Amino acid sequence: MKSSVAHKEIEAPSPTSETKTKTEEDARVDVATKKIKINVQNVELFYGTFKALHGINIAIPAREVTAFIGPSGCGKSTLLRSINRMNDLIDGVSLTGSITIDDQDIYAQGVDLIELRKRVGMVFQKSNPFPKSIYDNVAYGPRIHGIKDKDVLDDIVHKSLMRADLWREVQDRLHTSALDLSGGQQQRLCIARALAVNPEVLLMDEPASALDPRSTSKIEDLIGELRHDYTIVIVTHNMQQAARVSDSTAFFYEGSLVEVGRTKELFTKPREKQTEDYITGRFG
Amino acid sequence: MKSHPSTKVRAKEVGIELALALCSSVSILTTGGIIAVLLLESFRFFEEVSPSQLLFDTQWTPLFLDKHFGIWPLIAGTLLTSAIALSLSVPAGLIIAIYVSEFATERTRRFLKPILELLAGIPTIVYGYFALLFITPALQFVFPSIGSFNALSAGIAMGIMILPMMASLSEDAIYTVPRSLREGAYALGASKLQMIIGAVLPAAIGGITAAVILSAARAIGETMIVAIAAGQQPLLHFNPLAPVETMTAYIVQVSLGDTPHGTLEYHTLFVVAMMLFLLTMGLNMISLAIRERFKRMYR
Ligand SMILES: Nc1ncnc2c1ncn2[C@@H]1O[C@H](COP(=O)(O)OP(=O)(O)O)[C@@H](O)[C@H]1O
Ligand SMILES: [Mg+2]
Repeated sequence: MKSSVAHKEIEAPSPTSETKTKTEEDARVDVATKKIKINVQNVELFYGTFKALHGINIAIPAREVTAFIGPSGCGKSTLLRSINRMNDLIDGVSLTGSITIDDQDIYAQGVDLIELRKRVGMVFQKSNPFPKSIYDNVAYGPRIHGIKDKDVLDDIVHKSLMRADLWREVQDRLHTSALDLSGGQQQRLCIARALAVNPEVLLMDEPASALDPRSTSKIEDLIGELRHDYTIVIVTHNMQQAARVSDSTAFFYEGSLVEVGRTKELFTKPREKQTEDYITGRFG
Repeated sequence: MKSHPSTKVRAKEVGIELALALCSSVSILTTGGIIAVLLLESFRFFEEVSPSQLLFDTQWTPLFLDKHFGIWPLIAGTLLTSAIALSLSVPAGLIIAIYVSEFATERTRRFLKPILELLAGIPTIVYGYFALLFITPALQFVFPSIGSFNALSAGIAMGIMILPMMASLSEDAIYTVPRSLREGAYALGASKLQMIIGAVLPAAIGGITAAVILSAARAIGETMIVAIAAGQQPLLHFNPLAPVETMTAYIVQVSLGDTPHGTLEYHTLFVVAMMLFLLTMGLNMISLAIRERFKRMYR
Protein backbone atom coordinates (compact mmCIF):
# COMPACT_ATOMS: atom_id res chain seq x y z
CA MET A 1 0.00 0.00 0.00
CA LYS A 2 2.62 2.42 1.15
CA SER A 3 4.97 1.64 -1.66
CA SER A 4 2.31 1.81 -4.31
CA VAL A 5 1.50 5.36 -3.26
CA ALA A 6 5.13 6.26 -3.43
CA HIS A 7 5.40 4.63 -6.79
CA LYS A 8 2.58 6.70 -8.21
CA GLU A 9 4.31 9.83 -7.17
CA ILE A 10 7.39 8.79 -9.03
CA GLU A 11 5.56 7.98 -12.20
CA ALA A 12 4.07 11.44 -12.15
CA PRO A 13 7.05 13.71 -11.70
CA SER A 14 5.73 17.19 -11.15
CA PRO A 15 8.50 19.71 -11.23
CA THR A 16 6.71 22.90 -12.11
CA SER A 17 8.51 25.38 -14.27
CA GLU A 18 9.03 27.46 -11.14
CA THR A 19 10.99 24.77 -9.30
CA LYS A 20 13.02 24.05 -12.38
CA THR A 21 14.32 27.60 -12.51
CA LYS A 22 15.19 27.36 -8.85
CA THR A 23 17.24 24.24 -9.46
CA GLU A 24 19.20 25.89 -12.17
CA GLU A 25 19.74 28.96 -10.06
CA ASP A 26 21.01 26.85 -7.17
CA ALA A 27 23.34 24.94 -9.37
CA ARG A 28 24.76 28.15 -10.73
CA VAL A 29 25.36 29.48 -7.23
CA ASP A 30 27.11 26.26 -6.25
CA VAL A 31 29.34 26.27 -9.28
CA ALA A 32 30.15 29.90 -8.89
CA THR A 33 31.12 29.73 -5.25
CA LYS A 34 32.36 26.19 -4.80
CA LYS A 35 34.97 24.15 -6.58
CA ILE A 36 33.53 20.86 -7.81
CA LYS A 37 35.54 17.88 -6.62
CA ILE A 38 33.53 14.95 -7.90
CA ASN A 39 31.32 15.16 -10.92
CA VAL A 40 28.94 12.32 -11.65
CA GLN A 41 27.45 12.44 -15.12
CA ASN A 42 24.73 10.20 -16.52
CA VAL A 43 25.81 7.25 -14.44
CA GLU A 44 23.85 4.06 -14.93
CA LEU A 45 24.92 0.97 -13.06
CA PHE A 46 23.81 -2.62 -13.58
CA TYR A 47 24.23 -5.59 -11.28
CA GLY A 48 23.98 -8.17 -14.06
CA THR A 49 20.70 -7.22 -15.66
CA PHE A 50 19.34 -5.33 -12.65
CA LYS A 51 19.59 -1.58 -13.12
CA ALA A 52 20.54 -0.10 -9.77
CA LEU A 53 21.33 3.49 -10.83
CA HIS A 54 19.28 5.43 -13.37
CA GLY A 55 21.15 8.28 -15.05
CA ILE A 56 22.61 9.97 -11.99
CA ASN A 57 23.95 13.51 -12.33
CA ILE A 58 25.43 15.16 -9.30
CA ALA A 59 28.27 17.57 -8.65
CA ILE A 60 29.94 17.23 -5.29
CA PRO A 61 31.73 20.34 -4.00
CA ALA A 62 35.24 20.20 -2.62
CA ARG A 63 35.88 20.45 1.12
CA GLU A 64 32.29 20.04 2.12
CA VAL A 65 30.10 17.30 3.47
CA THR A 66 27.56 15.88 1.07
CA ALA A 67 24.95 13.49 2.45
CA PHE A 68 23.18 10.78 0.45
CA ILE A 69 19.78 9.98 1.90
CA GLY A 70 16.91 7.81 0.81
CA PRO A 71 15.09 4.63 1.71
CA SER A 72 17.01 1.39 1.97
CA GLY A 73 17.86 -0.15 -1.39
CA CYS A 74 17.63 3.10 -3.35
CA GLY A 75 21.25 2.91 -4.49
CA LYS A 76 23.11 5.16 -2.05
CA SER A 77 25.85 2.64 -1.31
CA THR A 78 26.04 1.65 -4.94
CA LEU A 79 26.74 5.22 -6.03
CA LEU A 80 29.18 5.76 -3.16
CA ARG A 81 31.08 2.63 -4.05
CA SER A 82 31.29 3.77 -7.66
CA ILE A 83 33.38 6.74 -6.56
CA ASN A 84 36.34 4.58 -5.48
CA ARG A 85 35.46 1.80 -7.94
CA MET A 86 34.78 -0.65 -5.16
CA ASN A 87 32.02 -2.10 -7.32
CA ASP A 88 34.71 -3.40 -9.66
CA LEU A 89 35.20 -6.18 -7.12
CA ILE A 90 31.70 -7.50 -7.74
CA ASP A 91 31.22 -9.83 -10.69
CA GLY A 92 28.81 -8.70 -13.36
CA VAL A 93 28.74 -5.00 -12.52
CA SER A 94 28.72 -2.61 -15.45
CA LEU A 95 28.67 1.16 -15.41
CA THR A 96 28.06 3.73 -18.10
CA GLY A 97 28.40 7.49 -17.94
CA SER A 98 31.33 9.13 -16.25
CA ILE A 99 32.62 10.09 -12.85
CA THR A 100 35.40 12.64 -12.65
CA ILE A 101 37.50 13.66 -9.71
CA ASP A 102 39.28 16.96 -10.29
CA ASP A 103 38.17 16.68 -13.93
CA GLN A 104 39.91 13.36 -14.38
CA ASP A 105 37.68 10.50 -15.49
CA ILE A 106 38.18 7.69 -12.99
CA TYR A 107 36.60 5.13 -15.34
CA ALA A 108 38.88 6.05 -18.23
CA GLN A 109 41.17 3.35 -19.58
CA GLY A 110 44.44 2.93 -17.77
CA VAL A 111 43.33 4.53 -14.51
CA ASP A 112 45.43 3.16 -11.67
CA LEU A 113 42.99 1.78 -9.11
CA ILE A 114 45.62 1.86 -6.39
CA GLU A 115 46.26 5.57 -6.99
CA LEU A 116 42.52 6.22 -7.11
CA ARG A 117 41.87 4.49 -3.81
CA LYS A 118 44.77 6.32 -2.21
CA ARG A 119 43.03 9.57 -3.10
CA VAL A 120 39.56 8.34 -2.18
CA GLY A 121 39.37 6.78 1.26
CA MET A 122 36.42 4.78 2.51
CA VAL A 123 34.82 4.01 5.86
CA PHE A 124 32.34 1.17 5.99
CA GLN A 125 29.05 0.63 7.74
CA LYS A 126 30.40 -2.11 9.93
CA SER A 127 33.81 -1.27 11.32
CA ASN A 128 36.38 -3.62 9.83
CA PRO A 129 39.73 -3.29 11.59
CA PHE A 130 42.32 -5.86 10.58
CA PRO A 131 43.15 -8.48 13.21
CA LYS A 132 46.36 -6.68 14.05
CA SER A 133 47.51 -4.12 16.57
CA ILE A 134 46.10 -0.60 16.59
CA TYR A 135 49.42 0.69 15.30
CA ASP A 136 49.62 -1.84 12.48
CA ASN A 137 46.07 -1.03 11.41
CA VAL A 138 46.87 2.64 10.93
CA ALA A 139 50.28 1.92 9.43
CA TYR A 140 48.88 -0.62 6.96
CA GLY A 141 48.06 1.92 4.25
CA PRO A 142 51.32 3.89 4.40
CA ARG A 143 53.27 0.62 4.48
CA ILE A 144 51.68 -0.84 1.37
CA HIS A 145 52.42 2.44 -0.36
CA GLY A 146 56.08 2.02 0.39
CA ILE A 147 56.78 3.92 3.60
CA LYS A 148 59.21 1.91 5.70
CA ASP A 149 60.94 4.48 7.89
CA LYS A 150 59.84 3.91 11.47
CA ASP A 151 59.94 7.55 12.50
CA VAL A 152 57.81 8.54 9.53
CA LEU A 153 55.32 5.76 10.30
CA ASP A 154 55.21 6.71 13.98
CA ASP A 155 54.43 10.23 12.97
CA ILE A 156 51.67 9.22 10.55
CA VAL A 157 50.09 6.90 13.11
CA HIS A 158 50.19 9.61 15.74
CA LYS A 159 48.71 12.29 13.51
CA SER A 160 46.02 10.04 12.07
CA LEU A 161 44.90 8.89 15.49
CA MET A 162 44.87 12.49 16.68
CA ARG A 163 42.74 13.51 13.72
CA ALA A 164 40.35 10.66 14.37
CA ASP A 165 40.12 11.78 17.99
CA LEU A 166 41.30 8.41 19.22
CA TRP A 167 44.88 9.13 20.29
CA ARG A 168 44.14 9.94 23.91
CA GLU A 169 42.23 6.71 24.39
CA VAL A 170 44.78 4.37 22.79
CA GLN A 171 48.19 6.00 23.16
CA ASP A 172 49.17 3.58 25.93
CA ARG A 173 48.14 0.47 24.04
CA LEU A 174 49.09 1.06 20.43
CA HIS A 175 50.48 -2.43 20.18
CA THR A 176 47.47 -4.31 21.52
CA SER A 177 44.87 -5.87 19.25
CA ALA A 178 42.50 -3.49 17.52
CA LEU A 179 39.76 -6.05 18.08
CA ASP A 180 39.77 -5.28 21.81
CA LEU A 181 38.50 -1.74 21.16
CA SER A 182 34.83 -0.85 21.59
CA GLY A 183 32.62 -0.56 18.50
CA GLY A 184 32.83 3.22 18.44
CA GLN A 185 36.60 3.18 18.91
CA GLN A 186 36.96 0.60 16.14
CA GLN A 187 35.05 2.85 13.77
CA ARG A 188 37.25 5.83 14.64
CA LEU A 189 40.26 3.57 14.13
CA CYS A 190 38.96 2.80 10.65
CA ILE A 191 38.69 6.53 10.02
CA ALA A 192 42.27 6.99 11.25
CA ARG A 193 43.34 4.14 9.00
CA ALA A 194 41.72 5.85 6.02
CA LEU A 195 43.27 9.22 6.90
CA ALA A 196 46.73 7.67 7.19
CA VAL A 197 47.07 7.39 3.40
CA ASN A 198 46.29 11.09 3.13
CA PRO A 199 43.22 10.97 0.91
CA GLU A 200 41.45 13.95 -0.63
CA VAL A 201 38.01 12.40 -0.53
CA LEU A 202 36.46 10.41 2.29
CA LEU A 203 33.50 8.16 1.51
CA MET A 204 31.48 7.04 4.51
CA ASP A 205 28.75 4.43 4.21
CA GLU A 206 26.45 4.77 7.23
CA PRO A 207 29.51 5.03 9.47
CA ALA A 208 27.50 5.35 12.66
CA SER A 209 24.53 3.11 11.99
CA ALA A 210 25.89 0.31 14.18
CA LEU A 211 26.93 2.58 17.05
CA ASP A 212 25.35 3.81 20.28
CA PRO A 213 24.28 7.47 20.51
CA ARG A 214 27.44 8.64 22.27
CA SER A 215 29.77 7.05 19.75
CA THR A 216 27.55 8.37 17.00
CA SER A 217 27.87 11.92 18.19
CA LYS A 218 31.64 11.49 18.43
CA ILE A 219 31.73 10.43 14.80
CA GLU A 220 29.54 13.36 13.86
CA ASP A 221 31.82 15.78 15.71
CA LEU A 222 34.74 14.24 13.90
CA ILE A 223 33.10 14.76 10.53
CA GLY A 224 32.55 18.38 11.53
CA GLU A 225 36.27 18.75 12.13
CA LEU A 226 37.39 16.95 8.99
CA ARG A 227 35.07 18.83 6.62
CA HIS A 228 37.49 21.69 6.06
CA ASP A 229 40.29 19.48 4.81
CA TYR A 230 38.50 16.69 3.00
CA THR A 231 35.68 16.26 0.56
CA ILE A 232 33.33 14.03 2.48
CA VAL A 233 30.43 12.02 1.12
CA ILE A 234 28.34 10.32 3.75
CA VAL A 235 25.50 7.87 3.28
CA THR A 236 23.00 7.91 6.08
CA HIS A 237 19.47 6.75 6.63
CA ASN A 238 19.24 9.05 9.61
CA MET A 239 17.85 12.37 8.44
CA GLN A 240 18.71 14.21 11.62
CA GLN A 241 22.27 13.12 11.08
CA ALA A 242 22.25 14.36 7.50
CA ALA A 243 20.83 17.67 8.71
CA ARG A 244 23.44 17.95 11.44
CA VAL A 245 26.60 17.09 9.54
CA SER A 246 26.16 17.96 5.90
CA ASP A 247 26.37 21.06 3.74
CA SER A 248 24.41 19.61 0.89
CA THR A 249 22.09 16.66 0.67
CA ALA A 250 21.05 14.39 -2.17
CA PHE A 251 17.83 12.42 -1.94
CA PHE A 252 17.63 9.16 -3.87
CA TYR A 253 14.67 7.01 -4.61
CA GLU A 254 14.67 3.65 -6.40
CA GLY A 255 17.96 4.25 -8.15
CA SER A 256 17.24 7.82 -9.21
CA LEU A 257 18.45 11.09 -7.80
CA VAL A 258 15.27 12.95 -6.92
CA GLU A 259 16.69 16.15 -5.55
CA VAL A 260 19.95 17.67 -4.45
CA GLY A 261 20.51 21.00 -2.75
CA ARG A 262 21.91 22.84 0.21
CA THR A 263 20.98 20.81 3.25
CA LYS A 264 19.17 23.60 5.01
CA GLU A 265 17.00 24.30 1.99
CA LEU A 266 16.33 20.70 1.19
CA PHE A 267 15.09 20.03 4.68
CA THR A 268 13.07 23.21 5.06
CA LYS A 269 11.84 23.80 1.52
CA PRO A 270 12.06 20.60 -0.47
CA ARG A 271 11.24 21.15 -4.12
CA GLU A 272 9.93 17.68 -4.80
CA LYS A 273 6.90 16.08 -3.23
CA GLN A 274 8.77 12.79 -2.79
CA THR A 275 11.52 14.50 -0.85
CA GLU A 276 9.01 16.16 1.37
CA ASP A 277 7.20 12.90 1.99
CA TYR A 278 10.45 11.20 2.87
CA ILE A 279 11.83 13.83 5.23
CA THR A 280 8.52 14.20 6.96
CA GLY A 281 8.49 10.46 7.48
CA ARG A 282 5.55 9.64 5.26
CA PHE A 283 7.41 6.76 3.65
CA GLY A 284 10.70 4.90 3.77
CA MET B 1 -7.62 -43.39 22.60
CA LYS B 2 -5.58 -40.21 22.53
CA SER B 3 -3.00 -41.00 25.15
CA HIS B 4 -2.12 -44.35 23.66
CA PRO B 5 -0.28 -43.12 20.52
CA SER B 6 1.38 -40.28 22.43
CA THR B 7 2.92 -42.68 24.95
CA LYS B 8 4.07 -44.72 22.02
CA VAL B 9 5.69 -41.64 20.49
CA ARG B 10 7.20 -40.77 23.83
CA ALA B 11 8.62 -44.26 24.22
CA LYS B 12 10.08 -44.03 20.74
CA GLU B 13 11.74 -40.74 21.56
CA VAL B 14 13.24 -42.12 24.73
CA GLY B 15 14.48 -45.09 22.75
CA ILE B 16 16.13 -42.85 20.17
CA GLU B 17 17.72 -40.70 22.84
CA LEU B 18 19.06 -43.79 24.53
CA ALA B 19 20.49 -45.13 21.31
CA LEU B 20 22.18 -41.82 20.59
CA ALA B 21 23.63 -41.65 24.09
CA LEU B 22 24.90 -45.19 23.67
CA CYS B 23 26.58 -44.31 20.38
CA SER B 24 28.35 -41.29 21.79
CA SER B 25 29.39 -43.19 24.87
CA VAL B 26 31.10 -45.74 22.61
CA SER B 27 33.73 -43.17 21.63
CA ILE B 28 34.22 -42.06 25.23
CA LEU B 29 34.47 -45.66 26.44
CA THR B 30 36.95 -46.50 23.69
CA THR B 31 39.18 -43.59 24.59
CA GLY B 32 38.91 -44.49 28.26
CA GLY B 33 39.68 -48.11 27.48
CA ILE B 34 42.75 -47.22 25.42
CA ILE B 35 44.09 -45.00 28.17
CA ALA B 36 43.44 -47.69 30.78
CA VAL B 37 45.25 -50.39 28.81
CA LEU B 38 48.17 -48.08 28.01
CA LEU B 39 48.50 -47.02 31.65
CA LEU B 40 48.24 -50.57 32.96
CA GLU B 41 50.78 -52.08 30.61
CA SER B 42 53.15 -49.12 30.91
CA PHE B 43 52.99 -49.55 34.64
CA ARG B 44 54.18 -53.13 34.24
CA PHE B 45 57.07 -51.80 32.15
CA PHE B 46 58.06 -49.26 34.78
CA GLU B 47 58.15 -52.05 37.38
CA GLU B 48 61.27 -53.28 35.60
CA VAL B 49 62.74 -50.19 33.96
CA SER B 50 63.04 -46.83 35.66
CA PRO B 51 61.48 -43.80 33.96
CA SER B 52 64.87 -42.08 34.11
CA GLN B 53 66.33 -44.70 31.79
CA LEU B 54 63.52 -44.07 29.34
CA LEU B 55 64.23 -40.36 29.35
CA PHE B 56 68.00 -40.19 29.72
CA ASP B 57 69.42 -43.17 27.86
CA THR B 58 70.32 -42.46 24.23
CA GLN B 59 69.93 -45.99 22.89
CA TRP B 60 66.85 -48.01 22.13
CA THR B 61 67.68 -51.72 21.96
CA PRO B 62 64.95 -53.62 23.78
CA LEU B 63 65.13 -56.50 21.33
CA PHE B 64 68.86 -57.12 21.81
CA LEU B 65 70.69 -58.86 24.57
CA ASP B 66 72.26 -55.63 25.78
CA LYS B 67 68.98 -53.88 26.43
CA HIS B 68 68.67 -50.09 26.48
CA PHE B 69 65.41 -48.23 26.83
CA GLY B 70 66.16 -44.66 25.81
CA ILE B 71 63.11 -43.37 23.89
CA TRP B 72 64.95 -40.52 22.14
CA PRO B 73 66.05 -42.38 18.99
CA LEU B 74 62.39 -43.18 18.28
CA ILE B 75 61.29 -39.64 19.03
CA ALA B 76 64.09 -38.26 16.87
CA GLY B 77 63.05 -40.54 14.00
CA THR B 78 59.45 -39.45 14.37
CA LEU B 79 60.31 -35.77 14.53
CA LEU B 80 62.69 -35.97 11.59
CA THR B 81 60.26 -37.65 9.20
CA SER B 82 57.43 -35.40 10.42
CA ALA B 83 59.50 -32.25 10.00
CA ILE B 84 60.38 -33.24 6.43
CA ALA B 85 56.73 -33.96 5.70
CA LEU B 86 55.54 -30.66 7.17
CA SER B 87 58.20 -28.56 5.49
CA LEU B 88 56.74 -29.86 2.26
CA SER B 89 53.02 -29.96 2.99
CA VAL B 90 52.63 -26.71 4.95
CA PRO B 91 53.99 -24.25 2.35
CA ALA B 92 52.56 -26.20 -0.57
CA GLY B 93 49.20 -26.65 1.12
CA LEU B 94 49.02 -22.97 1.96
CA ILE B 95 49.89 -21.93 -1.57
CA ILE B 96 47.27 -24.28 -2.98
CA ALA B 97 44.69 -22.94 -0.52
CA ILE B 98 45.45 -19.33 -1.41
CA TYR B 99 45.44 -20.12 -5.10
CA VAL B 100 42.17 -22.03 -4.98
CA SER B 101 40.32 -19.49 -2.85
CA GLU B 102 41.69 -16.23 -4.24
CA PHE B 103 42.94 -16.77 -7.77
CA ALA B 104 41.47 -19.85 -9.39
CA THR B 105 38.51 -19.53 -11.70
CA GLU B 106 35.47 -21.65 -10.98
CA ARG B 107 36.63 -24.08 -13.68
CA THR B 108 40.12 -24.61 -12.26
CA ARG B 109 38.63 -25.01 -8.82
CA ARG B 110 36.28 -27.72 -10.07
CA PHE B 111 39.28 -29.46 -11.61
CA LEU B 112 41.66 -29.11 -8.64
CA LYS B 113 39.37 -30.12 -5.80
CA PRO B 114 38.72 -33.70 -6.97
CA ILE B 115 42.44 -34.23 -7.53
CA LEU B 116 43.13 -33.25 -3.95
CA GLU B 117 40.35 -35.48 -2.71
CA LEU B 118 41.77 -38.32 -4.78
CA LEU B 119 45.19 -37.84 -3.16
CA ALA B 120 43.53 -37.91 0.24
CA GLY B 121 41.83 -41.20 -0.55
CA ILE B 122 44.94 -43.19 -1.48
CA PRO B 123 45.75 -45.86 1.14
CA THR B 124 48.95 -45.00 2.98
CA ILE B 125 50.52 -48.35 2.14
CA VAL B 126 50.51 -47.23 -1.49
CA TYR B 127 52.39 -44.09 -0.47
CA GLY B 128 54.82 -46.35 1.41
CA TYR B 129 55.69 -48.36 -1.64
CA PHE B 130 55.71 -45.23 -3.77
CA ALA B 131 58.40 -43.88 -1.43
CA LEU B 132 60.40 -47.09 -1.44
CA LEU B 133 60.17 -47.90 -5.14
CA PHE B 134 59.99 -44.48 -6.73
CA ILE B 135 61.06 -41.60 -4.49
CA THR B 136 64.15 -43.30 -3.06
CA PRO B 137 65.52 -44.39 -6.46
CA ALA B 138 64.82 -40.87 -7.75
CA LEU B 139 66.67 -39.37 -4.79
CA GLN B 140 69.62 -41.64 -5.49
CA PHE B 141 70.33 -39.56 -8.59
CA VAL B 142 70.76 -36.49 -6.43
CA PHE B 143 72.26 -38.09 -3.32
CA PRO B 144 74.19 -41.21 -4.38
CA SER B 145 75.00 -41.96 -0.73
CA ILE B 146 71.36 -42.25 0.30
CA GLY B 147 70.33 -45.55 1.86
CA SER B 148 67.54 -47.66 0.42
CA PHE B 149 65.71 -46.90 3.63
CA ASN B 150 65.88 -43.26 4.64
CA ALA B 151 63.98 -40.53 6.44
CA LEU B 152 63.87 -38.18 3.46
CA SER B 153 61.90 -40.36 1.08
CA ALA B 154 59.40 -41.39 3.75
CA GLY B 155 59.06 -37.75 4.78
CA ILE B 156 58.38 -36.65 1.22
CA ALA B 157 55.73 -39.33 0.71
CA MET B 158 54.13 -38.37 3.98
CA GLY B 159 54.17 -34.73 2.94
CA ILE B 160 52.26 -35.58 -0.23
CA MET B 161 49.82 -37.63 1.81
CA ILE B 162 49.14 -34.75 4.23
CA LEU B 163 48.97 -32.09 1.52
CA PRO B 164 45.23 -32.43 0.76
CA MET B 165 44.29 -32.10 4.42
CA MET B 166 46.52 -29.10 4.93
CA ALA B 167 45.22 -27.43 1.78
CA SER B 168 41.59 -28.08 2.50
CA LEU B 169 41.70 -26.97 6.16
CA SER B 170 43.62 -23.82 5.21
CA GLU B 171 41.17 -23.09 2.45
CA ASP B 172 38.31 -23.34 4.93
CA ALA B 173 40.11 -20.88 7.17
CA ILE B 174 40.75 -18.45 4.31
CA TYR B 175 37.20 -18.80 3.03
CA THR B 176 35.71 -17.67 6.35
CA VAL B 177 37.61 -14.37 6.34
CA PRO B 178 34.86 -11.79 6.05
CA ARG B 179 34.45 -9.87 2.83
CA SER B 180 34.54 -6.63 4.80
CA LEU B 181 38.23 -7.16 5.67
CA ARG B 182 39.13 -7.69 2.03
CA GLU B 183 37.24 -4.56 1.06
CA GLY B 184 38.92 -2.65 3.86
CA ALA B 185 42.32 -3.50 2.43
CA TYR B 186 41.31 -2.75 -1.16
CA ALA B 187 39.82 0.58 -0.08
CA LEU B 188 43.25 1.60 1.19
CA GLY B 189 44.75 0.94 -2.22
CA ALA B 190 46.09 -2.54 -1.59
CA SER B 191 46.94 -4.80 -4.51
CA LYS B 192 45.52 -8.30 -4.43
CA LEU B 193 48.70 -9.79 -3.02
CA GLN B 194 48.96 -7.06 -0.38
CA MET B 195 45.33 -7.66 0.51
CA ILE B 196 46.00 -11.38 0.97
CA ILE B 197 49.15 -10.87 3.02
CA GLY B 198 47.90 -7.95 5.06
CA ALA B 199 44.27 -8.81 5.67
CA VAL B 200 43.36 -12.37 4.73
CA LEU B 201 46.26 -14.33 6.19
CA PRO B 202 46.32 -12.54 9.57
CA ALA B 203 42.59 -13.13 9.86
CA ALA B 204 42.91 -16.79 8.90
CA ILE B 205 45.98 -17.45 11.02
CA GLY B 206 44.00 -19.27 13.70
CA GLY B 207 42.57 -21.80 11.29
CA ILE B 208 45.87 -22.13 9.46
CA THR B 209 47.72 -22.82 12.70
CA ALA B 210 45.15 -25.44 13.61
CA ALA B 211 45.66 -27.00 10.17
CA VAL B 212 49.42 -27.13 10.71
CA ILE B 213 49.02 -28.78 14.08
CA LEU B 214 46.55 -31.35 12.82
CA SER B 215 48.95 -32.08 9.97
CA ALA B 216 51.72 -32.55 12.51
CA ALA B 217 49.56 -34.94 14.51
CA ARG B 218 48.80 -36.84 11.34
CA ALA B 219 52.50 -37.05 10.45
CA ILE B 220 53.52 -38.20 13.90
CA GLY B 221 50.86 -40.88 13.94
CA GLU B 222 51.46 -42.08 10.38
CA THR B 223 52.58 -45.69 10.36
CA MET B 224 52.64 -47.51 7.05
CA ILE B 225 54.80 -45.11 5.07
CA VAL B 226 57.56 -44.89 7.65
CA ALA B 227 57.42 -48.59 8.44
CA ILE B 228 57.98 -49.39 4.78
CA ALA B 229 60.33 -46.66 3.60
CA ALA B 230 62.19 -45.16 6.58
CA GLY B 231 63.81 -48.29 7.95
CA GLN B 232 63.88 -49.99 11.34
CA GLN B 233 67.06 -48.73 12.87
CA PRO B 234 66.50 -46.71 16.02
CA LEU B 235 69.54 -44.46 15.79
CA LEU B 236 69.81 -41.05 17.38
CA HIS B 237 70.65 -38.67 14.52
CA PHE B 238 69.07 -36.05 12.29
CA ASN B 239 70.47 -37.10 8.95
CA PRO B 240 67.61 -37.29 6.44
CA LEU B 241 69.63 -39.51 4.12
CA ALA B 242 70.08 -42.25 6.72
CA PRO B 243 67.53 -44.77 7.98
CA VAL B 244 65.55 -44.03 11.13
CA GLU B 245 62.86 -45.77 13.11
CA THR B 246 59.78 -43.89 14.23
CA MET B 247 57.65 -44.73 17.24
CA THR B 248 54.92 -46.09 15.00
CA ALA B 249 57.36 -48.15 12.95
CA TYR B 250 58.73 -49.69 16.14
CA ILE B 251 55.23 -50.71 17.19
CA VAL B 252 54.69 -52.36 13.82
CA GLN B 253 58.04 -54.12 14.06
CA VAL B 254 57.30 -55.62 17.47
CA SER B 255 53.70 -56.44 16.68
CA LEU B 256 54.70 -58.36 13.57
CA GLY B 257 57.50 -60.19 15.32
CA ASP B 258 57.07 -63.12 17.66
CA THR B 259 57.54 -61.28 20.92
CA PRO B 260 55.93 -63.39 23.64
CA HIS B 261 52.99 -61.95 25.49
CA GLY B 262 53.78 -60.44 28.90
CA THR B 263 57.52 -60.03 28.41
CA LEU B 264 59.42 -56.80 28.89
CA GLU B 265 59.77 -56.38 25.12
CA TYR B 266 56.03 -56.74 24.84
CA HIS B 267 55.49 -54.03 27.43
CA THR B 268 57.72 -51.57 25.55
CA LEU B 269 54.97 -51.49 22.92
CA PHE B 270 52.64 -49.83 25.35
CA VAL B 271 55.17 -47.35 26.64
CA VAL B 272 55.91 -46.20 23.12
CA ALA B 273 52.20 -46.13 22.30
CA MET B 274 51.63 -44.10 25.44
CA MET B 275 54.21 -41.51 24.40
CA LEU B 276 52.66 -41.38 20.94
CA PHE B 277 49.21 -40.99 22.40
CA LEU B 278 50.32 -38.14 24.65
CA LEU B 279 52.07 -36.39 21.79
CA THR B 280 49.17 -36.50 19.34
CA MET B 281 46.56 -35.79 22.01
CA GLY B 282 48.57 -32.78 23.14
CA LEU B 283 48.73 -31.48 19.60
CA ASN B 284 45.03 -31.98 19.06
CA MET B 285 44.23 -30.11 22.23
CA ILE B 286 46.48 -27.20 21.28
CA SER B 287 44.80 -27.07 17.90
CA LEU B 288 41.37 -27.04 19.53
CA ALA B 289 42.38 -24.29 21.95
CA ILE B 290 43.76 -22.15 19.14
CA ARG B 291 40.61 -22.57 17.10
CA GLU B 292 38.43 -21.63 20.05
CA ARG B 293 40.51 -18.57 20.78
CA PHE B 294 40.29 -17.28 17.24
CA LYS B 295 36.62 -18.13 16.94
CA ARG B 296 35.93 -15.81 19.86
CA MET B 297 38.00 -13.11 18.21
CA TYR B 298 35.86 -12.95 15.09
CA ARG B 299 32.43 -13.74 16.53
N1 LIG C 1 26.14 -7.03 -5.08
C1 LIG C 1 24.90 -6.81 -5.53
N2 LIG C 1 24.36 -7.64 -6.45
C2 LIG C 1 23.10 -7.43 -6.91
N3 LIG C 1 22.31 -6.45 -6.51
C3 LIG C 1 22.78 -5.59 -5.59
C4 LIG C 1 24.10 -5.72 -5.05
N4 LIG C 1 24.30 -4.74 -4.15
C5 LIG C 1 23.16 -4.02 -4.14
N5 LIG C 1 22.26 -4.51 -5.00
C6 LIG C 1 20.90 -3.99 -5.27
O1 LIG C 1 21.04 -2.66 -5.73
C7 LIG C 1 20.07 -1.83 -5.13
C8 LIG C 1 20.75 -0.69 -4.40
O2 LIG C 1 21.45 -1.21 -3.31
P1 LIG C 1 22.31 -0.30 -2.34
O3 LIG C 1 23.13 0.62 -3.14
O4 LIG C 1 23.01 -1.19 -1.40
O5 LIG C 1 21.17 0.51 -1.57
P2 LIG C 1 21.26 1.44 -0.28
O6 LIG C 1 22.68 1.58 0.10
O7 LIG C 1 20.63 2.73 -0.69
O8 LIG C 1 20.45 0.77 0.77
C9 LIG C 1 19.22 -2.71 -4.23
O9 LIG C 1 18.07 -3.08 -4.92
C10 LIG C 1 20.11 -3.90 -3.99
O10 LIG C 1 19.32 -5.06 -3.81
MG1 LIG D 1 23.66 0.92 1.89
